[in-house]
Amino acid sequence: MILEPLLNGRVVNDRLVLAAGGAWTAANARQLERLIEGARASEAGALSLDLREVRALDTYGAWLVERLVRDWQARNLDAEITGLPERYRTLLGGIHTANREALPAPSRESPLVSAVAGLGRRVAGAGHGLVPFLNMLGALGTVTTRALARPYTFRFTSFVHHLDRVGLQAVPIILLITFLIGGIIAQQGIFHFRKFGADVYVVDLVGILVLREIGVLIVAIMVAGRSGSSYTAELGSMKMREEIDALHTMGRDPVEVLILPRVLALVIALPLLTFLGSMAALYGGCLVAWLYGGMAPETFIVRLKEAISLTHFKVGMIKAPFMALVIGIVACAEGLRVKGSAESLGLQTTTSVVKSIFLVIVLDGMFAMFFASIDM
Amino acid sequence: MSDAVICVRDLVVGFGAHTVLDGLSLEVEAGEILGLVGGSGSGKSVLLRTIIGLLPKRRGSIEVLGTDLDRAGEAQARAVERRWGVLFQQGALFSSLTAMENVEFPMREYLGLSDRLRREVARAKLEMVGLTAVDGAKLPAELSGGMTKRVALARALALDPEIVFLDEPTSGLDPIAAGDFDALIRTLQQTLGLTVFMVTHDLESLHTVADRIAVLADGKVVADGPIAAMLASEHPWVKRYFRGRRAQLLAERLAQAPS
Repeated sequence: MILEPLLNGRVVNDRLVLAAGGAWTAANARQLERLIEGARASEAGALSLDLREVRALDTYGAWLVERLVRDWQARNLDAEITGLPERYRTLLGGIHTANREALPAPSRESPLVSAVAGLGRRVAGAGHGLVPFLNMLGALGTVTTRALARPYTFRFTSFVHHLDRVGLQAVPIILLITFLIGGIIAQQGIFHFRKFGADVYVVDLVGILVLREIGVLIVAIMVAGRSGSSYTAELGSMKMREEIDALHTMGRDPVEVLILPRVLALVIALPLLTFLGSMAALYGGCLVAWLYGGMAPETFIVRLKEAISLTHFKVGMIKAPFMALVIGIVACAEGLRVKGSAESLGLQTTTSVVKSIFLVIVLDGMFAMFFASIDM
Repeated sequence: MSDAVICVRDLVVGFGAHTVLDGLSLEVEAGEILGLVGGSGSGKSVLLRTIIGLLPKRRGSIEVLGTDLDRAGEAQARAVERRWGVLFQQGALFSSLTAMENVEFPMREYLGLSDRLRREVARAKLEMVGLTAVDGAKLPAELSGGMTKRVALARALALDPEIVFLDEPTSGLDPIAAGDFDALIRTLQQTLGLTVFMVTHDLESLHTVADRIAVLADGKVVADGPIAAMLASEHPWVKRYFRGRRAQLLAERLAQAPS
């Protein structure tokens, strides 16, 4: 039933007499508002609104009627409704009391001031971002000590489950990506070194770069994106559904039950993935050197033995567990900061990935300085 | 043909090997409040979700407002969906929008109103369910259980639907809030001329607001009628439900304090 809404008016003795008709319902609300606004413009001294011909009336229509009447009353003019069908009496009565209180005025601040204030707050609060991170590190330290003293409290099943998820199940994608990266480095090396007739040094380039830096860095970034984000989302949705609070009330420390197994799984998995990733990258480099640069694999391996030493390998591997710790702690700390809404879950997951990748790179830089100063 | 707004015939719904609803038939008349009861796991919510099209059915037909949603085209089905509102058990408010924005959401999607009219009507709706403009500015996480249900009801009523589906509207509310909510449903039903399809466990709601009660057991409607008919029924489950210890206590209390 779609009936065109109607509002016919004429002025009799300085009184605007309106006859409403048709369907005054949600579907026609836009048209109705125009009609009502048109009637408002009238300068007449009084208003009569006849609703006898109205075929349907819902909250929208009733509110617009009420709005017109209030408009007239606000100007201290007489306004009356006539011919209201009985069945709409309660609806109009109900809407009559609505929206009487004035809205609390929204605090108006100039956008420039609020932008500057926001920047100031962010700068001043920059250090605060570190607090939950340090809290988590401390809590994890406490729990680890406790677990060492009483090993039977450690959640071994949970640990193995997470090791499978972040370790074993990550192997294919890690192998693929590092294999490609190794190949790309070799191709670029051969292409540019050939100009100097130094193609053979591509083996040094691939070997040292992969073992010391790229291997561990790529794997850490992959793990931060793949497993860190899932840790944050898991813990965040547990927080939203009050599962974390439930654990608390049962006298269990969520850090012990949920976080320690996860972080430890990362700390064990990341060095293993780094090793596999580095090998895949060397393999990719070797393959490209052979197929693209025409260097026999035997030559590549002999050259590799001369170019690299155990030290290079150690430098890469030492960094891995520390990066895992950073990723795990950031992911879990951000997860626990999730508030009630879906938006907050998304925000903290993004923050977790961005922050952990940033910190992994910062950590890598600090390690580079450290190893340089001890001649490693 | 009667003026049934919801007409379910011979409905079969199941998951895997498990059949939940088995040849169920039910009609809801225009302008009545139907209370649907049944034991936990008897398929009350499944029936509700099947009627509103969230679950697939195996057999049978469902007609809502004279339209069979299976046979209706996309546009026709959307048009029917606009004529009902649903209150989910947990409220299902959009967590990143304020209470007011939650109520405005369906209006924004469907009606293309001016900002002013949309806000005014949304505020009026919130007031109709007993909330203030201050509550309207809160996020769902900041609302109490009763307020969440009220906002969800306001959102279900946003487009002035003809039918509202309520999934356990009073569960998780204290008796006072539940009583208020019952009164609210009754008032709104009278004011807006709604048809209400209510899944509930609350005996008091059934006594005070339901015009008719349908009892779901073994995948079928086993009893159907006003509360007096339920009290007289000899079906073992219906008997235990309406004449059990808690029901007795409630009946005594209602008899002592006639409203």
